[in-house]
Amino acid sequence: MHPCPGTPTPAHSTVTETHVITTSGLTKIYRAHRSHGREVTALDGVDLHVREGEVYGVIGQSGAGKSSLIRCVNLLERPTSGTVTVAGQDLTALAGRGPRAGRELRRARSRIGMVFQHFNLLSSRTVQDNIELPLEILGQAGRARSLKALELLDLVGLADKAKAYPAQLSGGQKQRVGIARALAGDPKVLLSDEATSALDPETTRSILQLLRDLNRQLGLTVLLITHEMDVVKSVCDSAALMEKGRIVESGTVSELLATPGSELAAALFPVSGEATGTDRTVLDVTFHGESATQPVVSQLARTYNIDISILGAAIDTVGGLQIGRMRIELPGRYEDNVVPIGFLREQGLQIDVVGPAGEVPVLVEEGAK
Amino acid sequence: MTWSEMQPVLSQACWDTLYMVGWSTLIAIVAGLPLGILLVLTDKGGLLQNVVVNKAIGQIVNIARSMPFIILMVALMTFTRWITGTTIGREAAIVPLAIGAIPFFARLVEMSVREVDGGLVEAVQSMGGSTWKVVRSVLVPESLPSLISGATTTVIALIGYSAMAGTVGAGGLGDVAVRYGYQRFETGMMWITVAILAVVISLLQFAGDYAARSLHRRSGKTGGLLLFKPLRGIFPGTVATDAVKKS
Repeated sequence: MHPCPGTPTPAHSTVTETHVITTSGLTKIYRAHRSHGREVTALDGVDLHVREGEVYGVIGQSGAGKSSLIRCVNLLERPTSGTVTVAGQDLTALAGRGPRAGRELRRARSRIGMVFQHFNLLSSRTVQDNIELPLEILGQAGRARSLKALELLDLVGLADKAKAYPAQLSGGQKQRVGIARALAGDPKVLLSDEATSALDPETTRSILQLLRDLNRQLGLTVLLITHEMDVVKSVCDSAALMEKGRIVESGTVSELLATPGSELAAALFPVSGEATGTDRTVLDVTFHGESATQPVVSQLARTYNIDISILGAAIDTVGGLQIGRMRIELPGRYEDNVVPIGFLREQGLQIDVVGPAGEVPVLVEEGAK
Repeated sequence: MTWSEMQPVLSQACWDTLYMVGWSTLIAIVAGLPLGILLVLTDKGGLLQNVVVNKAIGQIVNIARSMPFIILMVALMTFTRWITGTTIGREAAIVPLAIGAIPFFARLVEMSVREVDGGLVEAVQSMGGSTWKVVRSVLVPESLPSLISGATTTVIALIGYSAMAGTVGAGGLGDVAVRYGYQRFETGMMWITVAILAVVISLLQFAGDYAARSLHRRSGKTGGLLLFKPLRGIFPGTVATDAVKKS
């Protein structure tokens, strides 16, 4: 793929404390046609707060309601109840009653970019004309449109493809065009609906990198939904886990990693290793910041005179943070190890006791619809 | 009959057929295109969902489409007189031809437009595009190759209908075949008529297929008849698919 042009990514993030996307009590109920009483609750009171300038990932299995959620944010899907506020504007109030979008809602939508899993480029138009489409809708003049389109093509690294048709591009290039098109109206917010799910791993990385760069360079707020943990791991500042139409966990990535028993944290940064016998206690020790430099394992062994086996360990960068995690095994049951565990917690480490079932919940990776 | 006797009759007949089919095709496209699009838009889940309007248009289209043309022509006589002032001749034949072709083309338009990927409609909506913008920049251009094929089919069907227009004194090739071939046993005249029709229909089909294919090729969709593949070299399209590059 093309390397991303532009200045090197600044290390600092642009996140502010202002909420740019807020949903409160968002509910979406689909009524099966002509069957009385059959209802599907896709969203069940979702409260989402996306801060300005952050990349926010919503992850969950197929059918968890992610798609409904992102489509409710620009009201492509009308929520049954609840409100959606984007950049201080209550979109649900603009929606009106009928299924058709009025002028004001359309105006508001033009300030929200959206990127799709299957790109949704018009095959009858060239790449440049595809990017000009949102500008046509905004009523810009031809010359201004083409200047803007070429500038955006340059930004996404496809300056030489202006006259090509989408059918002549690879998947990754199509998604770059999709991103350029989404940015044409200078949106503050970009919605990404499984934007990388139809791409191979390497292309996925380059598209995510592009989103990250745009987030940093333009201060663009990105709300993305995905079923791939790697997406959250590589670009998100914050994440939420959806299950059955509800958000079950949410927060910044560092908060999540510091939350004992967090499913998302475990899935973001898994360590493996089975207990060697029934009479053992298995602990996941998470190090971040200061605690990473402490020689805790040897201290523990010396202080309590116990033998410690290391079952698995890893160091990784999650959401830009260096983090280490180690799965260790202590002899004896949990009841026998309350004191050593207390000692470890005193050292500022995060300790998760791995239950006898022994397994960290795994988020199923399966294709979205 | 000698050729010099036949020639003026045939050229007049060709001109009459062209005149009737040309005008009625034009009217059928102008009226059938919006009607077909409206059928899609007003359908359940459509952008202008309206069950009553949809059912009403659908019913009218169905009835008009299943009506035998010769009966339609007679049934519309009052209407035809109101429009053209007469029920005899070329102009009078254009009215029932157009009325018969509008629902025919509308159904073909409906089928073509339904094929358009809903994701594209959603993309334009997400940019704040109106329904009219969706129609103009997505539904029509994305289904254009298929719409052209539909128009070709409509023209050919209209040539068929126009053969019956001889019954209202409109002339045309069908009329020549009946009057000379059937009533006067002028077999030579009839065969020439058949040959002309065969050539005209083949040419129309070829032109329609070619137009649809070159649009298809540009947008990188596959389809069309393999028969015309060798012609690519002779008539290069706007953009060759061979140039597809991956990086």
